[in-house]
Amino acid sequence: MAKQIKVSLIGNPNTGKTSVFNLLTGLNQQVGNYPGITVQKKEGICKLSRGVKAHILDLPGTYSLNASSLDENVVIELLLNKKDKDFPDVAVVVSDVENLKRNLLLFTQIKDLEIPTILVINMADRMKRTGITLDVPLLEKELNTKIALISARKNEGIDELKQLIESYGTLSSEPCVDALTFAPDYFERLKKAFPKQSLYKLWLVITQDVNFRKIDKQELDITPDFQIKSESELKRFQQKETIKRYQFINNVLKKGLFIDEKAATGVRARLDRILTHKVWGYAIFFAILLLIFQAIYDWSSYPMDLIDEGFAWLSEVTKSVLPAGPFVDLITDGIIPGLGGIVIFIPQIAFLFLFISILEESGYMSRVVFLMDRVMRKFGLSGKSVVPLISGTACAIPAVMATRNIENWKERLITILVVPFTTCSARLPVYLIIIALVIPDEKIGWIFSYQSLTLMLLYFIGFLAAVGASWILNKTLNIKSKSYFVIEMPGYKVPMFKNVAINVIEKTKAFVFGAGKIILAISIILWVLASFGPNEKFSKAEEIVSTAHTNLTGEELETEIASYKLEHSFIGYAGKAIEPIVAPLGYDWKIGIGIISSFAAREVFVGTLATIYSVGSDEEETIKNRMAAEVDAKGLPLFNLASGISLLLFYAFAMQCMSTLAIVKRETNGWKWPLMQLVFMSLLAYSTALIAYQILK
Amino acid sequence: MKTTIADLKIGQRALIKEITSDLIPLKLLEMGCLPGNEVQLLQMAPFQCPIYLNVNGSHLAIRKEVAAQIEVQIL
Repeated sequence: MAKQIKVSLIGNPNTGKTSVFNLLTGLNQQVGNYPGITVQKKEGICKLSRGVKAHILDLPGTYSLNASSLDENVVIELLLNKKDKDFPDVAVVVSDVENLKRNLLLFTQIKDLEIPTILVINMADRMKRTGITLDVPLLEKELNTKIALISARKNEGIDELKQLIESYGTLSSEPCVDALTFAPDYFERLKKAFPKQSLYKLWLVITQDVNFRKIDKQELDITPDFQIKSESELKRFQQKETIKRYQFINNVLKKGLFIDEKAATGVRARLDRILTHKVWGYAIFFAILLLIFQAIYDWSSYPMDLIDEGFAWLSEVTKSVLPAGPFVDLITDGIIPGLGGIVIFIPQIAFLFLFISILEESGYMSRVVFLMDRVMRKFGLSGKSVVPLISGTACAIPAVMATRNIENWKERLITILVVPFTTCSARLPVYLIIIALVIPDEKIGWIFSYQSLTLMLLYFIGFLAAVGASWILNKTLNIKSKSYFVIEMPGYKVPMFKNVAINVIEKTKAFVFGAGKIILAISIILWVLASFGPNEKFSKAEEIVSTAHTNLTGEELETEIASYKLEHSFIGYAGKAIEPIVAPLGYDWKIGIGIISSFAAREVFVGTLATIYSVGSDEEETIKNRMAAEVDAKGLPLFNLASGISLLLFYAFAMQCMSTLAIVKRETNGWKWPLMQLVFMSLLAYSTALIAYQILK
Repeated sequence: MKTTIADLKIGQRALIKEITSDLIPLKLLEMGCLPGNEVQLLQMAPFQCPIYLNVNGSHLAIRKEVAAQIEVQIL
C-alpha cells in the first residue's frame, strides 16, 4: 500500500470544518468512536494527484488547546502523542473569515506544537457581504504558514488545499509567536530541565487535566517542582498566555485584514431581533416545535404504514415459500417482525434529524438554547437540554445521543437520565388501546373529549416527571463539573444540503445498527420463550384442546390452541410466576406477560395481548372487544377504570426499553447509571400504579 | 460599586477593564473577552439571563453570574 499522508482537521466549532471534511472525502468516510469513550471519530480518504492519498481525521471542534470537555481532550491527546497511529503529518486548521481573530488563537497554539500547519480560511464567499479584504501573502509571512482561501459552500479553493496537503513537506513547522514569556524565571528553568522538548508541549502537559498515560512517560516526565502551586495561579498564567496570543493576532490582523463597515449588511441583527425576542422568539420556537411533532406523528405515519405492510407481506411470502418447521417459524415470526420493529422507526428518526440538523446548520439552535437556558436551569438542566427533550417525544435513543453537545457533565447526565420520561412514540399504541377501554367516550362541552384529554394529560405527566426527576437529581447528585455555560451565537446561514443529508444518514445508521441489534436479539429470545414450553401441556396442546373443546373447528380451534400453548410456554409460566407481584396493581398473569415482553420495547404490549387473547388478526377493534370482555375471578371486567389508570401510569413511568438502557450504558461508560435509571423508574412506576389502583378500586 | 457587563443595557457598549477574578472561565477569554476589548450587549433573555454579547467581533451568550464578574467601563 502506498503511503498515505495523515491529515488532522482542527478548528473552532461553526467554522465549516465538517463541510471541508465532507468536500475532501465525499461519501468516502467512516464514523466510529475513540476507544473507550463515546466521542465520535470521523475519518475519511481523500484522493490527491497521481495516486497519492490522504487520510483525513476530523477532530472534534475546539476553541483552544485548553480542554474543557471530553471531545476537546481527544484533540490534545492526539497532538501530543507522536506515537499515536493517527498523529498528523500535517495539521489543517479551519477558520471562518468573519471570526478570523478568534480562530487564530487555536492556530497559534497548534503552530507551537511544531507540526507542519496549513491555515484554511473558509466562507470566502461571505467576504463581500461583510466588507472584508485580506492581504493573504502578508498573513502567510506573519503567521509562518500557507493559507488556502476557500468557500466550502461554493466548492471553491478545494483543489488548492489538496495541493498544499500534498506538498506538506515544504511547510514550516516553526511557531509563529512566543507566548510563554509572562513568567521568565519559570520557563527558563523548564527549558533547562528539558532542553530537547518544545516548551509549549511541556506547558500543556503541566496545565491540562487530560489522560496522558498513553503518551510516552519518559519523554515528558515533569517533576513536581514544575507543578503550578495553586489553581488560581495556574488560571492567571493561562489568562496571561491567552492575552499574549491575542496581542500578536491583533497586530497581525491590523496589517492583513481590513473591514469596510459600510459594506456590511445587518442580516444577523435583524433576524436576531425577531428570533430572540421575548415574545416572538418563543412563539416562533413553539411553532417550529409543532411542525416537528406534525412531521413525526403525521407525515411519517405514511412511510411507517408502508413498512409495516411490507414486512407483514415479507413474512407471509417467506412462510409460503419455505417448508414449514421451527427454523422457518423463527424467521417468519421472530426475525422478520423483529427487523420490522427496527425499520419502522426509521421515518420518525430521519424526520427528527432532518429538522434538528437544519436548525443546527442554520445557526437557529443556538438561539433556542439562549431562550430556554434560564427556564431549564431551575431544574439542573441546561438550555442545551432542549434538543434531547424534543427528540425524546419520538424516541429516547437519538435523544440520549443528542446530549453530547452539553459541555457540563452534570447537566448532561441529568438530561440523559430524565429523557426516557418524555412520552415516546412507542408508548402511544399502549395508551390508545387502554384509553379506548377504560375512559368513557364522552365530551365535555363541545370540543374536548375525555379520551383526548387523558392522552394530553399523559404527555403532560411524562414531561412533568422529566422535570421533577431533574429537580431531584440536581439536588442529590454531588458532581463537580468544571465546564461553564458559554455558547457561541454563530451567524445565520442557509443549510448546506450535503451536510444535512450526510448527518441524517449517519444518525439513522447509528440507530439502526446500534439499537437494532438489541431489538432483534430480544425479539428472537421472546419468540423462543413463547414457542417452547417446559412440559407436555405445551407439546401436546393440540390434543388437549381438541378433546376439551369438541365443538370448535377451524380457525377458532387454532386460536384456542395458540392461547393454550402460550399459557404453558416458558413465557406463560413466567407470567404466572410474577402474578403475585402485579396482582396488587390490578393485573392478571396475561397482563404480566405483556409487561415482561414489553420490557424489550413498549409497543410489544399490544401485540403480546393480541396473541394472549387469541385474536387472530391484530385489528385494534377486535383486540379491544376481546380485552373488554375479559373478566377477573369475581366476574367483573378486568380492564376497569382502576386497573386501566394503573396500567397507564405504569407505562408512563417504567423504563421498559432495552435499547435505551444500552445507549445510556454506551454514553455514560458503564452500567451504573442505566441500572439506577432502571431501578428508580421501575419503583416509581410500580408505586404510582399501586397507589392509583388501591385508591380507585 | 463596580460596573460589570451585567449592568449594561441593551445596545450599550463598554470597554473591558482588567480581568482579575479566576471565576471567569478561560473559554470566555479565549473567545475574545479580554481587557481593552469592546463589548456590546445585544439582547437579554427574559429575567435578564442569559445575555447575548458581541465581544471583539465574537457573538456569544453567557449567564448573568459570569457577566457580573467582568468589570467594564461604559462608553
